[in-house]
Amino acid sequence: MGITFRKETFRDDFTFRNSPEHIRRFPFPFHEDAYMYAVNIEPHVVGSRGSVLENLIDVDEHYVAEMQDRALVLAEDPLRCQSLPHMTLAGWDLLELLMEQQALGYPEHFTLTRDGDRWRWINRPLGIDDTFTFGDTSTLPYGPMEYITRQSQGDFCILDQRDGNLWMDAGMVTTQADWSLDFDIGMNFFEWHAPVPLAHEKGIFVRALKFLTNIQQGKPARRLNWTMTINPRLDTSPENYHKWGPDRATVTPENVGDKVHLRVELQSFWRLPRSNGIVFPIRCYLIKMDELVTQPKWARRLHRVIRDLPDELANYKGLTRYRPALVEWLSKLDDGSATSPGFGPD
Amino acid sequence: MAAKSIISRPVYGTLGPQPGKHHLFIADAEGALAIRDMAGSAPAGFFDGAEIVFIPGSDGKHIAALEMLKPAQFHQAPSFASLLPRLRQTLANAHMGLRLYLAGTEGLIGQAMQVALEAGIDHTSIQTEHRGSLARRMQCVHCKGITENVTTQPATCAHCGLLLLVRDHYSRRIAAFQGVCINAEDRSEIPPMEEVFR
Repeated sequence: MGITFRKETFRDDFTFRNSPEHIRRFPFPFHEDAYMYAVNIEPHVVGSRGSVLENLIDVDEHYVAEMQDRALVLAEDPLRCQSLPHMTLAGWDLLELLMEQQALGYPEHFTLTRDGDRWRWINRPLGIDDTFTFGDTSTLPYGPMEYITRQSQGDFCILDQRDGNLWMDAGMVTTQADWSLDFDIGMNFFEWHAPVPLAHEKGIFVRALKFLTNIQQGKPARRLNWTMTINPRLDTSPENYHKWGPDRATVTPENVGDKVHLRVELQSFWRLPRSNGIVFPIRCYLIKMDELVTQPKWARRLHRVIRDLPDELANYKGLTRYRPALVEWLSKLDDGSATSPGFGPD
Repeated sequence: MAAKSIISRPVYGTLGPQPGKHHLFIADAEGALAIRDMAGSAPAGFFDGAEIVFIPGSDGKHIAALEMLKPAQFHQAPSFASLLPRLRQTLANAHMGLRLYLAGTEGLIGQAMQVALEAGIDHTSIQTEHRGSLARRMQCVHCKGITENVTTQPATCAHCGLLLLVRDHYSRRIAAFQGVCINAEDRSEIPPMEEVFR
Protein backbone atom coordinates (compact mmCIF):
# COMPACT_ATOMS: atom_id res chain seq x y z
CA MET A 1 0.00 0.00 0.00
CA GLY A 2 1.38 3.37 -0.95
CA ILE A 3 0.99 6.85 0.45
CA THR A 4 -2.21 8.74 -0.34
CA PHE A 5 -0.95 12.12 -1.46
CA ARG A 6 -3.05 15.08 -0.36
CA LYS A 7 -4.24 17.79 -2.74
CA GLU A 8 -3.51 20.96 -0.79
CA THR A 9 -1.93 24.41 -0.93
CA PHE A 10 0.71 26.31 1.04
CA ARG A 11 -0.43 29.75 -0.10
CA ASP A 12 -3.59 31.74 -0.86
CA ASP A 13 -6.36 29.50 0.56
CA PHE A 14 -3.91 27.43 2.69
CA THR A 15 -5.66 24.07 2.53
CA PHE A 16 -2.65 22.19 4.00
CA ARG A 17 -3.64 19.77 6.80
CA ASN A 18 -2.08 16.77 8.52
CA SER A 19 -3.99 13.50 8.67
CA PRO A 20 -4.37 11.96 12.17
CA GLU A 21 -1.53 9.52 11.40
CA HIS A 22 0.70 12.40 10.35
CA ILE A 23 -0.09 14.34 13.52
CA ARG A 24 1.18 11.43 15.61
CA ARG A 25 4.36 11.10 13.54
CA PHE A 26 5.12 14.81 13.72
CA PRO A 27 8.78 15.34 14.78
CA PHE A 28 8.05 17.31 17.94
CA PRO A 29 11.39 18.98 18.75
CA PHE A 30 11.30 19.40 22.54
CA HIS A 31 12.44 16.56 24.77
CA GLU A 32 11.98 18.64 27.93
CA ASP A 33 9.89 21.62 29.06
CA ALA A 34 12.50 24.22 28.05
CA TYR A 35 14.60 25.11 25.02
CA MET A 36 18.10 26.45 24.54
CA TYR A 37 20.57 26.02 21.68
CA ALA A 38 22.75 22.96 21.81
CA VAL A 39 24.80 21.02 19.29
CA ASN A 40 22.02 18.45 19.26
CA ILE A 41 23.53 16.28 16.55
CA GLU A 42 23.08 12.49 16.51
CA PRO A 43 23.67 9.70 14.00
CA HIS A 44 21.01 9.69 11.28
CA VAL A 45 19.91 6.08 11.58
CA VAL A 46 16.58 4.47 10.77
CA GLY A 47 13.99 4.92 13.53
CA SER A 48 10.75 3.25 14.46
CA ARG A 49 8.08 2.22 11.96
CA GLY A 50 5.55 4.93 11.26
CA SER A 51 7.89 7.72 12.40
CA VAL A 52 9.48 10.33 10.12
CA LEU A 53 12.70 8.36 10.63
CA GLU A 54 11.36 5.11 9.21
CA ASN A 55 13.35 6.06 6.10
CA LEU A 56 16.43 8.28 6.04
CA ILE A 57 14.85 10.40 3.29
CA ASP A 58 11.23 10.79 4.32
CA VAL A 59 8.44 11.04 1.76
CA ASP A 60 5.01 11.82 3.18
CA GLU A 61 1.43 12.67 2.24
CA HIS A 62 2.44 16.26 1.38
CA TYR A 63 4.98 15.24 -1.28
CA VAL A 64 3.07 16.10 -4.44
CA ALA A 65 1.67 19.37 -3.11
CA GLU A 66 5.11 20.46 -1.86
CA MET A 67 6.68 19.80 -5.25
CA GLN A 68 3.94 21.84 -6.91
CA ASP A 69 4.59 24.72 -4.49
CA ARG A 70 8.34 24.52 -5.23
CA ALA A 71 7.66 24.78 -8.97
CA LEU A 72 5.59 27.93 -8.35
CA VAL A 73 8.39 29.50 -6.27
CA LEU A 74 11.02 28.72 -8.92
CA ALA A 75 8.89 30.12 -11.71
CA GLU A 76 8.65 33.42 -9.80
CA ASP A 77 12.27 33.49 -8.62
CA PRO A 78 14.80 31.17 -10.30
CA LEU A 79 17.56 32.43 -7.95
CA ARG A 80 16.21 30.11 -5.24
CA CYS A 81 18.17 27.36 -6.97
CA GLN A 82 21.83 28.11 -7.62
CA SER A 83 25.00 26.10 -8.04
CA LEU A 84 28.47 27.61 -8.38
CA PRO A 85 30.40 26.19 -11.36
CA HIS A 86 32.60 23.80 -9.35
CA MET A 87 29.55 22.09 -7.75
CA THR A 88 28.15 20.07 -10.66
CA LEU A 89 29.80 16.83 -9.53
CA ALA A 90 28.30 17.25 -6.08
CA GLY A 91 24.94 17.68 -7.82
CA TRP A 92 25.34 14.23 -9.39
CA ASP A 93 26.26 12.84 -5.97
CA LEU A 94 23.04 14.25 -4.59
CA LEU A 95 20.97 12.92 -7.47
CA GLU A 96 22.31 9.45 -6.79
CA LEU A 97 21.66 9.70 -3.05
CA LEU A 98 18.07 10.90 -3.39
CA MET A 99 17.14 8.45 -6.14
CA GLU A 100 18.60 5.54 -4.18
CA GLN A 101 16.97 6.51 -0.90
CA GLN A 102 13.55 7.28 -2.35
CA ALA A 103 13.53 4.08 -4.40
CA LEU A 104 14.66 2.08 -1.35
CA GLY A 105 12.07 3.50 1.02
CA TYR A 106 9.12 3.75 -1.37
CA PRO A 107 9.46 1.13 -4.14
CA GLU A 108 5.77 1.47 -5.00
CA HIS A 109 6.32 5.14 -5.90
CA PHE A 110 9.93 5.33 -7.18
CA THR A 111 12.07 2.98 -9.26
CA LEU A 112 15.72 3.38 -10.21
CA THR A 113 17.31 0.99 -12.71
CA ARG A 114 20.98 1.23 -13.66
CA ASP A 115 22.83 -0.22 -16.58
CA GLY A 116 26.33 1.19 -16.26
CA ASP A 117 25.97 4.96 -16.74
CA ARG A 118 22.57 4.51 -18.36
CA TRP A 119 19.98 5.19 -15.64
CA ARG A 120 16.19 5.05 -15.73
CA TRP A 121 14.24 6.92 -13.09
CA ILE A 122 10.52 6.44 -12.59
CA ASN A 123 8.69 8.82 -10.25
CA ARG A 124 5.05 7.71 -10.30
CA PRO A 125 3.50 10.41 -8.03
CA LEU A 126 4.84 13.14 -10.36
CA GLY A 127 4.40 11.14 -13.58
CA ILE A 128 8.10 11.15 -14.52
CA ASP A 129 9.90 8.39 -16.46
CA ASP A 130 13.32 9.59 -17.64
CA THR A 131 16.33 7.74 -19.01
CA PHE A 132 19.63 9.60 -18.85
CA THR A 133 23.40 9.19 -18.74
CA PHE A 134 24.81 9.59 -15.25
CA GLY A 135 27.40 12.39 -15.33
CA ASP A 136 26.17 13.91 -18.61
CA THR A 137 24.19 17.05 -17.81
CA SER A 138 22.94 17.37 -21.40
CA THR A 139 20.78 14.25 -20.88
CA LEU A 140 18.63 15.87 -18.16
CA PRO A 141 16.14 18.75 -18.48
CA TYR A 142 17.86 20.61 -15.59
CA GLY A 143 21.23 20.41 -13.86
CA PRO A 144 21.44 17.28 -11.66
CA MET A 145 20.82 19.09 -8.36
CA GLU A 146 17.85 21.02 -9.67
CA TYR A 147 16.42 17.96 -11.43
CA ILE A 148 16.32 15.77 -8.35
CA THR A 149 15.45 18.47 -5.81
CA ARG A 150 12.39 19.39 -7.85
CA GLN A 151 11.36 15.84 -6.90
CA SER A 152 12.42 15.73 -3.25
CA GLN A 153 10.79 17.30 -0.20
CA GLY A 154 12.85 19.79 1.78
CA ASP A 155 15.50 22.35 1.00
CA PHE A 156 18.99 21.19 0.07
CA CYS A 157 22.29 22.95 0.62
CA ILE A 158 25.45 21.47 -0.82
CA LEU A 159 28.57 22.46 1.05
CA ASP A 160 32.05 22.33 -0.41
CA GLN A 161 34.76 21.38 2.07
CA ARG A 162 38.09 23.19 1.81
CA ASP A 163 40.50 25.14 4.02
CA GLY A 164 39.04 23.42 7.09
CA ASN A 165 35.70 25.08 6.48
CA LEU A 166 32.38 24.40 4.74
CA TRP A 167 31.24 26.68 1.94
CA MET A 168 27.61 27.13 0.90
CA ASP A 169 28.26 26.75 -2.80
CA ALA A 170 25.00 25.26 -4.12
CA GLY A 171 21.43 24.88 -3.02
CA MET A 172 17.72 24.51 -3.70
CA VAL A 173 16.03 26.68 -1.13
CA THR A 174 12.30 27.37 -1.47
CA THR A 175 10.92 26.43 1.96
CA GLN A 176 13.34 28.32 4.14
CA ALA A 177 12.91 29.91 7.52
CA ASP A 178 13.85 33.42 6.48
CA TRP A 179 17.33 33.15 5.01
CA SER A 180 18.44 33.91 1.47
CA LEU A 181 20.48 31.44 -0.58
CA ASP A 182 21.06 34.15 -3.17
CA PHE A 183 22.72 36.33 -0.54
CA ASP A 184 24.54 33.61 1.37
CA ILE A 185 25.84 31.50 -1.52
CA GLY A 186 29.64 31.38 -1.47
CA MET A 187 29.86 32.08 2.28
CA ASN A 188 31.64 29.84 4.77
CA PHE A 189 30.00 28.14 7.76
CA PHE A 190 30.60 31.01 10.19
CA GLU A 191 29.63 33.72 7.73
CA TRP A 192 26.24 32.32 6.75
CA HIS A 193 25.41 31.71 10.43
CA ALA A 194 26.61 35.20 11.39
CA PRO A 195 23.15 36.65 12.11
CA VAL A 196 22.20 33.90 14.62
CA PRO A 197 22.22 35.39 18.14
CA LEU A 198 23.80 33.82 21.26
CA ALA A 199 25.13 30.67 19.56
CA HIS A 200 28.52 32.06 18.45
CA GLU A 201 29.38 33.08 22.01
CA LYS A 202 28.52 29.60 23.22
CA GLY A 203 31.04 28.13 20.79
CA ILE A 204 28.28 26.17 19.08
CA PHE A 205 29.39 26.80 15.52
CA VAL A 206 33.04 25.96 16.18
CA ARG A 207 32.02 22.57 17.60
CA ALA A 208 29.40 21.97 14.94
CA LEU A 209 31.90 22.68 12.16
CA LYS A 210 34.42 20.29 13.69
CA PHE A 211 31.76 17.59 13.76
CA LEU A 212 30.50 18.24 10.24
CA THR A 213 33.91 18.33 8.55
CA ASN A 214 34.52 14.85 10.00
CA ILE A 215 31.33 13.26 8.71
CA GLN A 216 32.12 10.03 6.90
CA GLN A 217 30.53 8.43 3.88
CA GLY A 218 27.65 6.16 4.84
CA LYS A 219 27.39 7.67 8.34
CA PRO A 220 24.99 10.61 8.06
CA ALA A 221 24.00 12.72 11.08
CA ARG A 222 20.93 14.77 11.95
CA ARG A 223 19.52 17.45 14.21
CA LEU A 224 16.18 19.16 14.70
CA ASN A 225 15.60 22.90 14.56
CA TRP A 226 12.34 24.79 14.91
CA THR A 227 10.54 28.05 14.49
CA MET A 228 6.92 29.11 14.05
CA THR A 229 5.04 30.24 10.97
CA ILE A 230 1.70 31.95 10.57
CA ASN A 231 -0.42 29.98 8.10
CA PRO A 232 1.04 26.81 6.58
CA ARG A 233 3.32 28.76 4.27
CA LEU A 234 6.39 26.95 2.98
CA ASP A 235 7.93 29.94 1.25
CA THR A 236 8.84 32.15 4.19
CA SER A 237 11.84 33.60 2.39
CA PRO A 238 13.33 37.00 3.16
CA GLU A 239 12.73 37.78 -0.52
CA ASN A 240 9.00 37.65 0.14
CA TYR A 241 9.02 38.84 3.77
CA HIS A 242 7.13 42.00 2.82
CA LYS A 243 4.36 39.72 1.50
CA TRP A 244 4.11 37.19 4.36
CA GLY A 245 5.25 39.42 7.25
CA PRO A 246 1.78 41.01 7.62
CA ASP A 247 0.39 37.54 8.48
CA ARG A 248 2.07 37.85 11.87
CA ALA A 249 -0.16 40.79 12.72
CA THR A 250 -3.32 38.77 11.99
CA VAL A 251 -3.09 36.42 15.00
CA THR A 252 -5.96 36.88 17.47
CA PRO A 253 -6.96 34.82 20.53
CA GLU A 254 -9.75 33.31 18.38
CA ASN A 255 -7.59 32.12 15.46
CA VAL A 256 -4.39 30.94 17.21
CA GLY A 257 -5.31 27.28 16.80
CA ASP A 258 -5.80 27.60 13.07
CA LYS A 259 -3.16 30.16 12.10
CA VAL A 260 -0.12 29.47 14.28
CA HIS A 261 2.04 26.59 13.09
CA LEU A 262 5.04 24.93 14.66
CA ARG A 263 7.66 24.57 11.94
CA VAL A 264 10.24 21.87 12.52
CA GLU A 265 13.30 21.28 10.40
CA LEU A 266 14.80 17.84 10.27
CA GLN A 267 18.31 18.65 9.16
CA SER A 268 20.57 15.85 8.06
CA PHE A 269 24.18 15.84 6.93
CA TRP A 270 25.64 13.43 4.40
CA ARG A 271 29.14 13.07 2.99
CA LEU A 272 29.04 12.88 -0.80
CA PRO A 273 31.28 10.20 -2.32
CA ARG A 274 32.73 11.77 -5.49
CA SER A 275 32.93 15.46 -4.63
CA ASN A 276 33.72 15.03 -0.91
CA GLY A 277 31.09 17.71 -0.34
CA ILE A 278 28.39 17.57 2.32
CA VAL A 279 24.73 17.74 1.50
CA PHE A 280 22.51 19.25 4.09
CA PRO A 281 18.82 18.52 3.50
CA ILE A 282 16.53 20.75 5.56
CA ARG A 283 13.20 19.00 5.67
CA CYS A 284 10.35 21.20 6.89
CA TYR A 285 7.35 19.84 8.82
CA LEU A 286 4.38 22.05 9.64
CA ILE A 287 1.60 21.51 12.18
CA LYS A 288 -1.10 23.92 13.27
CA MET A 289 -1.80 24.43 16.97
CA ASP A 290 -5.25 22.80 16.72
CA GLU A 291 -3.58 19.63 15.41
CA LEU A 292 -0.63 19.72 17.80
CA VAL A 293 -2.72 20.04 20.95
CA THR A 294 -4.61 16.85 20.14
CA GLN A 295 -1.59 15.36 21.96
CA PRO A 296 -1.97 16.72 25.54
CA LYS A 297 1.69 16.22 26.43
CA TRP A 298 2.81 18.37 23.49
CA ALA A 299 0.31 21.11 24.41
CA ARG A 300 1.61 21.34 27.99
CA ARG A 301 5.24 21.25 26.94
CA LEU A 302 4.95 23.76 24.10
CA HIS A 303 3.22 26.17 26.47
CA ARG A 304 6.16 26.03 28.87
CA VAL A 305 8.78 26.31 26.13
CA ILE A 306 7.23 29.34 24.43
CA ARG A 307 6.41 31.06 27.72
CA ASP A 308 10.01 30.74 29.00
CA LEU A 309 11.89 31.35 25.73
CA PRO A 310 14.58 34.08 26.08
CA ASP A 311 13.43 37.29 24.38
CA GLU A 312 16.42 37.32 22.03
CA LEU A 313 15.48 33.91 20.69
CA ALA A 314 11.81 34.79 20.42
CA ASN A 315 12.77 37.87 18.48
CA TYR A 316 15.15 36.01 16.15
CA LYS A 317 12.46 33.44 15.47
CA GLY A 318 9.97 36.23 14.74
CA LEU A 319 7.50 35.27 17.49
CA THR A 320 7.48 38.55 19.39
CA ARG A 321 4.32 40.04 17.94
CA TYR A 322 2.03 37.09 18.59
CA ARG A 323 3.76 35.36 21.51
CA PRO A 324 1.40 36.77 24.19
CA ALA A 325 -1.70 35.55 22.33
CA LEU A 326 -0.10 32.15 21.74
CA VAL A 327 1.03 31.69 25.36
CA GLU A 328 -2.40 32.72 26.64
CA TRP A 329 -4.10 30.22 24.31
CA LEU A 330 -1.72 27.38 25.22
CA SER A 331 -1.92 28.13 28.96
CA LYS A 332 -5.54 26.94 28.96
CA LEU A 333 -4.32 23.52 27.90
CA ASP A 334 -1.62 23.29 30.59
CA ASP A 335 -2.91 21.94 33.88
CA GLY A 336 0.60 22.06 35.35
CA SER A 337 1.02 18.29 35.49
CA ALA A 338 4.35 16.67 34.67
CA THR A 339 5.30 15.71 31.11
CA SER A 340 6.90 12.37 30.33
CA PRO A 341 10.52 12.35 29.14
CA GLY A 342 11.31 12.21 25.43
CA PHE A 343 9.85 13.76 22.28
CA GLY A 344 6.92 11.49 21.48
CA PRO A 345 3.27 11.86 22.42
CA ASP A 346 1.94 9.81 25.36
CA MET B 1 36.93 52.51 12.02
CA ALA B 2 33.90 50.27 11.76
CA ALA B 3 32.50 49.02 15.06
CA LYS B 4 32.81 45.34 16.10
CA SER B 5 29.96 43.35 14.68
CA ILE B 6 28.87 39.95 13.40
CA ILE B 7 31.21 37.51 11.68
CA SER B 8 30.07 38.11 8.11
CA ARG B 9 30.80 41.82 8.40
CA PRO B 10 34.17 42.49 6.74
CA VAL B 11 37.13 43.39 8.91
CA TYR B 12 39.78 45.66 7.46
CA GLY B 13 43.42 45.91 8.39
CA THR B 14 46.30 48.23 7.70
CA LEU B 15 48.14 48.09 4.38
CA GLY B 16 51.62 46.63 4.62
CA PRO B 17 54.16 45.97 1.85
CA GLN B 18 54.07 42.33 0.77
CA PRO B 19 56.94 40.41 -0.77
CA GLY B 20 56.67 40.20 -4.54
CA LYS B 21 57.45 42.01 -7.75
CA HIS B 22 53.99 43.15 -8.86
CA HIS B 23 51.69 45.25 -6.72
CA LEU B 24 48.28 46.58 -7.70
CA PHE B 25 46.72 49.31 -5.55
CA ILE B 26 43.11 50.35 -5.92
CA ALA B 27 41.97 53.28 -3.81
CA ASP B 28 39.39 56.00 -3.63
CA ALA B 29 39.38 59.39 -1.88
CA GLU B 30 41.09 59.15 1.52
CA GLY B 31 42.30 55.66 0.69
CA ALA B 32 45.21 57.49 -0.95
CA LEU B 33 46.44 58.35 2.55
CA ALA B 34 46.60 54.66 3.48
CA ILE B 35 48.93 54.06 0.52
CA ARG B 36 51.04 57.09 1.40
CA ASP B 37 51.32 55.94 5.03
CA MET B 38 52.34 52.45 3.94
CA ALA B 39 54.99 53.81 1.59
CA GLY B 40 57.07 54.82 4.61
CA SER B 41 57.72 51.19 5.48
CA ALA B 42 58.11 49.94 1.89
CA PRO B 43 61.57 48.81 0.74
CA ALA B 44 63.45 50.92 -1.81
CA GLY B 45 62.22 50.38 -5.35
CA PHE B 46 58.90 48.92 -4.13
CA PHE B 47 56.78 51.20 -6.32
CA ASP B 48 58.87 50.39 -9.44
CA GLY B 49 56.67 47.32 -9.75
CA ALA B 50 53.44 48.98 -8.64
CA GLU B 51 50.33 50.21 -10.38
CA ILE B 52 48.09 52.61 -8.53
CA VAL B 53 44.54 53.07 -9.69
CA PHE B 54 42.81 55.96 -7.98
CA ILE B 55 39.27 57.29 -7.94
CA PRO B 56 39.50 60.77 -6.41
CA GLY B 57 36.66 62.06 -4.25
CA SER B 58 34.57 65.03 -5.29
CA ASP B 59 37.19 67.38 -3.81
CA GLY B 60 39.89 65.97 -6.13
CA LYS B 61 42.45 65.78 -3.33
CA HIS B 62 45.42 63.42 -2.80
CA ILE B 63 46.40 62.96 -6.45
CA ALA B 64 49.75 64.64 -5.97
CA ALA B 65 50.49 62.53 -2.88
CA LEU B 66 50.17 59.36 -4.95
CA GLU B 67 52.12 60.69 -7.94
CA MET B 68 55.01 61.49 -5.60
CA LEU B 69 55.38 57.75 -4.92
CA LYS B 70 56.39 57.35 -8.58
CA PRO B 71 54.57 54.10 -9.25
CA ALA B 72 55.33 52.33 -12.52
CA GLN B 73 51.79 53.21 -13.56
CA PHE B 74 49.32 55.70 -12.18
CA HIS B 75 45.78 55.71 -13.46
CA GLN B 76 42.94 58.00 -12.44
CA ALA B 77 39.35 56.86 -12.95
CA PRO B 78 36.23 59.00 -12.57
CA SER B 79 34.15 56.18 -10.98
CA PHE B 80 34.32 52.51 -10.13
CA ALA B 81 32.02 51.63 -13.03
CA SER B 82 34.38 53.33 -15.49
CA LEU B 83 37.29 51.42 -14.00
CA LEU B 84 35.71 47.97 -14.29
CA PRO B 85 36.74 46.93 -17.83
CA ARG B 86 40.37 47.96 -17.20
CA LEU B 87 40.45 46.20 -13.84
CA ARG B 88 39.00 42.99 -15.26
CA GLN B 89 41.60 42.93 -18.00
CA THR B 90 44.47 43.70 -15.61
CA LEU B 91 43.43 40.82 -13.35
CA ALA B 92 42.81 38.44 -16.24
CA ASN B 93 46.34 39.08 -17.55
CA ALA B 94 48.00 39.11 -14.14
CA HIS B 95 50.69 36.56 -13.33
CA MET B 96 50.90 34.40 -10.25
CA GLY B 97 52.24 36.48 -7.40
CA LEU B 98 50.44 39.74 -8.09
CA ARG B 99 49.71 41.46 -4.77
CA LEU B 100 46.46 43.34 -4.41
CA TYR B 101 45.91 46.28 -2.02
CA LEU B 102 42.53 47.98 -1.58
CA ALA B 103 42.06 51.19 0.39
CA GLY B 104 39.28 53.68 0.90
CA THR B 105 35.53 53.42 1.34
CA GLU B 106 33.77 50.12 2.06
CA GLY B 107 31.98 50.35 -1.27
CA LEU B 108 35.28 50.60 -3.16
CA ILE B 109 36.96 47.81 -1.20
CA GLY B 110 33.94 45.54 -1.59
CA GLN B 111 33.47 46.06 -5.32
CA ALA B 112 37.18 45.71 -6.10
CA MET B 113 37.28 42.52 -4.03
CA GLN B 114 34.25 41.21 -5.91
CA VAL B 115 36.10 41.60 -9.22
CA ALA B 116 39.22 40.00 -7.72
CA LEU B 117 37.18 37.01 -6.48
CA GLU B 118 35.72 36.56 -9.94
CA ALA B 119 39.30 36.49 -11.25
CA GLY B 120 40.10 33.67 -8.83
CA ILE B 121 42.05 35.59 -6.18
CA ASP B 122 41.53 34.34 -2.62
CA HIS B 123 39.99 37.04 -0.46
CA THR B 124 42.33 36.31 2.45
CA SER B 125 45.35 37.19 0.29
CA ILE B 126 44.10 40.75 -0.33
CA GLN B 127 45.35 43.64 1.81
CA THR B 128 42.64 46.11 2.79
CA GLU B 129 42.44 49.32 4.75
CA HIS B 130 39.31 51.29 5.38
CA ARG B 131 39.55 55.08 5.19
CA GLY B 132 36.87 57.68 4.88
CA SER B 133 33.12 57.29 4.75
CA LEU B 134 31.25 54.40 6.40
CA ALA B 135 28.47 54.74 3.84
CA ARG B 136 27.22 51.30 2.83
CA ARG B 137 26.45 49.55 -0.39
CA MET B 138 23.17 47.76 0.27
CA GLN B 139 21.28 45.07 -1.61
CA CYS B 140 17.52 44.99 -1.13
CA VAL B 141 16.70 41.33 -0.46
CA HIS B 142 13.24 41.86 -1.95
CA CYS B 143 13.86 43.48 -5.36
CA LYS B 144 17.66 42.72 -5.45
CA GLY B 145 18.41 46.33 -6.37
CA ILE B 146 21.65 47.87 -5.07
CA THR B 147 21.51 51.22 -3.33
CA GLU B 148 24.87 53.00 -3.10
CA ASN B 149 26.13 55.26 -0.32
CA VAL B 150 23.53 54.40 2.30
CA THR B 151 24.11 56.53 5.39
CA THR B 152 20.86 56.07 7.32
CA GLN B 153 19.23 53.38 9.43
CA PRO B 154 16.66 52.43 8.23
CA ALA B 155 17.15 53.30 4.56
CA THR B 156 14.80 53.51 1.62
CA CYS B 157 15.46 51.15 -1.28
CA ALA B 158 16.24 53.35 -4.30
CA HIS B 159 14.47 50.83 -6.53
CA CYS B 160 11.33 49.40 -4.90
CA GLY B 161 10.91 52.05 -2.21
CA LEU B 162 10.56 49.67 0.75
CA LEU B 163 11.91 50.90 4.07
CA LEU B 164 14.85 48.59 4.86
CA LEU B 165 16.78 47.61 7.95
CA VAL B 166 20.45 47.75 6.90
CA ARG B 167 21.91 44.60 8.42
CA ASP B 168 25.55 43.91 9.22
CA HIS B 169 25.19 40.68 7.21
CA TYR B 170 27.49 41.11 4.22
CA SER B 171 28.05 39.18 0.98
CA ARG B 172 31.48 39.41 -0.66
CA ARG B 173 29.99 37.91 -3.82
CA ILE B 174 27.42 40.71 -4.09
CA ALA B 175 29.71 43.27 -2.41
CA ALA B 176 26.84 44.59 -0.33
CA PHE B 177 25.14 44.58 3.03
CA GLN B 178 21.68 43.08 3.20
CA GLY B 179 18.63 45.30 3.45
CA VAL B 180 15.41 43.71 4.79
CA CYS B 181 12.01 45.39 5.07
CA ILE B 182 11.88 46.85 8.59
CA ASN B 183 8.12 47.22 8.85
CA ALA B 184 6.91 44.26 6.81
CA GLU B 185 4.57 43.09 9.57
CA ASP B 186 2.85 46.46 9.86
CA ARG B 187 3.61 49.10 7.23
CA SER B 188 2.13 51.84 9.42
CA GLU B 189 5.04 51.47 11.85
CA ILE B 190 7.65 53.91 10.59
CA PRO B 191 10.76 54.01 12.77
CA PRO B 192 12.76 57.26 12.75
CA MET B 193 15.56 57.41 10.17
CA GLU B 194 18.93 58.18 11.70
CA GLU B 195 22.20 59.08 10.02
CA VAL B 196 24.52 56.33 11.33
CA PHE B 197 26.90 55.35 8.51
CA ARG B 198 29.03 58.43 7.98
